[in-house]
Amino acid sequence: MFFRQAGVYHTKYAEDRTFFPIPVDRWMVSALLLLSLIAPFVFSSLALSTYLLPWLVWTSAVLGLNLVIGWAGQFHFGYAAVMGIGAYTSIHANRFGIPWELSLLLGGCMASFIGVGFAFAALRVKGLYLALSTLALQFGMDWVISHVPAISGGTQATLQAPPVYLFGQLLDGEISFYYIALAWCLIVTIFMLNLKRSSLGRALISVREKDFAAAVIGVHSFYYKLIAFATSSFIGGVSGAILIFTFYRAATPEQFSINISIELLAMVIVGGLGSIIGSFFGAAFILLMPGQMNNFFAWLAVTLNAPLGIETLSHIPNAVYGSMIIIFLLIEPMGLGKLYNNLRDYLLVWPFGYQQK
Amino acid sequence: MDIIMLGELAINGALIGLMYSLVALGIVLIYKSSSVPNLAQGAMVMLGSYVVLGYANIFNIGIWYAIPLALITMFLLGIGIERVALRRLAGRPIIMILMMTLGLDIFFRSISMSIWGGTSRPMKIGISDDPLFLGPILLNWAYVIGAGVALILFGIFVFFFRTRRGIVLRAISDDYTASWSVGISVERGVALSWAISAVVATIAGVLWSSVQGVDQSLSSLLLKGVTVAVLGGLDSIGGAVLAGILLGIFEGVASGYLDAIVGGGSRDLVVAATLIITILIRPHGLFGRHDIERI
Repeated sequence: MFFRQAGVYHTKYAEDRTFFPIPVDRWMVSALLLLSLIAPFVFSSLALSTYLLPWLVWTSAVLGLNLVIGWAGQFHFGYAAVMGIGAYTSIHANRFGIPWELSLLLGGCMASFIGVGFAFAALRVKGLYLALSTLALQFGMDWVISHVPAISGGTQATLQAPPVYLFGQLLDGEISFYYIALAWCLIVTIFMLNLKRSSLGRALISVREKDFAAAVIGVHSFYYKLIAFATSSFIGGVSGAILIFTFYRAATPEQFSINISIELLAMVIVGGLGSIIGSFFGAAFILLMPGQMNNFFAWLAVTLNAPLGIETLSHIPNAVYGSMIIIFLLIEPMGLGKLYNNLRDYLLVWPFGYQQK
Repeated sequence: MDIIMLGELAINGALIGLMYSLVALGIVLIYKSSSVPNLAQGAMVMLGSYVVLGYANIFNIGIWYAIPLALITMFLLGIGIERVALRRLAGRPIIMILMMTLGLDIFFRSISMSIWGGTSRPMKIGISDDPLFLGPILLNWAYVIGAGVALILFGIFVFFFRTRRGIVLRAISDDYTASWSVGISVERGVALSWAISAVVATIAGVLWSSVQGVDQSLSSLLLKGVTVAVLGGLDSIGGAVLAGILLGIFEGVASGYLDAIVGGGSRDLVVAATLIITILIRPHGLFGRHDIERI
């Protein structure tokens, strides 16, 4: 009834290829876009700067990681390191005097350049061994970032992000930062939506399904693996830089440690492999859940009159996060994106569903 | 640098390396009998030693009585992991399985942190702190005993994989479907491998925590365990032992020289580099089986 397909005729090829052929989808997307544009005036500044802004930046990063895992089918356990490379490069470039916009691009290119190094591991191995070698590269990057004073300023140092000038205009305050994050997230989302229907995307999918078979039908699988790693590293690098410039405002090596890589992977898995809307859901879920769980357990402890130690309380969100990964893998391996699709498929024919067996 | 220092670094490295093999043995066991790369081994090592301490505290008994209890508990836990987490994942793509073991890793780590807290505590199992003199070379008793236990376990497992049940486990690792079709209970086999691996993890946990105390850093043994397992070949028990010795010597000597240059903390870097180089040059390790892929 809502997702009415009747009356949607494809008379031109261009219409057949639109993002959202069903009118309700278009309405929903426009409403969401409008909401995201007026969000600074609707939500409180706390919600804007602690929930919406990081959510958008993390979502862009998750989309980038999804490109390499969900589309190209290559493991990447070192995505946080790639984000860190982008962040540190752009901070240093900006401090050196390069304009902010260019230093973002430079950060992305640097991340892409080093991220291709991860792909050379993919040249020789795949599956489990690729996962382990990217894991080792993450450890190596961690070590380099924290132990080379020229990059991080030493093991314990924090690197302040310089003020942001966009086209010579000083950007300050969370509202302008929010719009930067929104713009980047939209760019990445549109890129990924387009990727789905381009020849590049189809080539990546064929590499994911079976790279030898892809090579047999003429898809140069190593070339596409390189492209996947380079593109996703570019997205990750710029996202890392934006994360530092707009959210953390200072860079420390721990912000890009192995735990963050695993968290990003968890976002991809919980959201759904190769699902764009799932990336939004997954990032939101993993970002918001620990805080909510902490509140919930604190409330539970007070109501049940069972005092929990501070240490216990501080580790319970992590335990819930681990069990969430386990539960999602057991119940819905394709994640929240698949759940959304199930709901949508149900609504497509509602109220005249198919006969249940 | 004189030759005695080099020798001391090398021998201590070899002993520490054998203790890494203890962690790696658990990974190899599970991989050899179910083709699941277990990234939760580090957390299981940590959980095992916490359980030992927990039993010693609750029942107010000596550590030596708590260890058998903990071994039984971890054995059951291993069976439980297979039943709850891995049975439904059989035949799924490897990323799901890797993510599952990572989820288990996070879960076990934070559960043991939230139950027992993060402060480091000693585990006294009666190994003397006096150094062992071997000529001019100083050795640590804890490392010597750990290395001995690793060798004993190696012997046991080499024997085990020649028994009937061991052959069953190897068949399961080869092909789940083929094993089912000849009447092997794959679920039981996988459960058994997880249970044994949890027991080995507990032993490794006890030995490691007698060196460095019981705290969260035990779970970071995972990287070293994985490196040893990959270097030796993921399905080779002898490989795990030899690779442990090699990695230990290499790490000890290389970081002994590197630390002076880069100012400490180069151990993890050496290990990570070893892992990458191994995978790039010889992905199936020293003695691992080289799988041929079919399209």
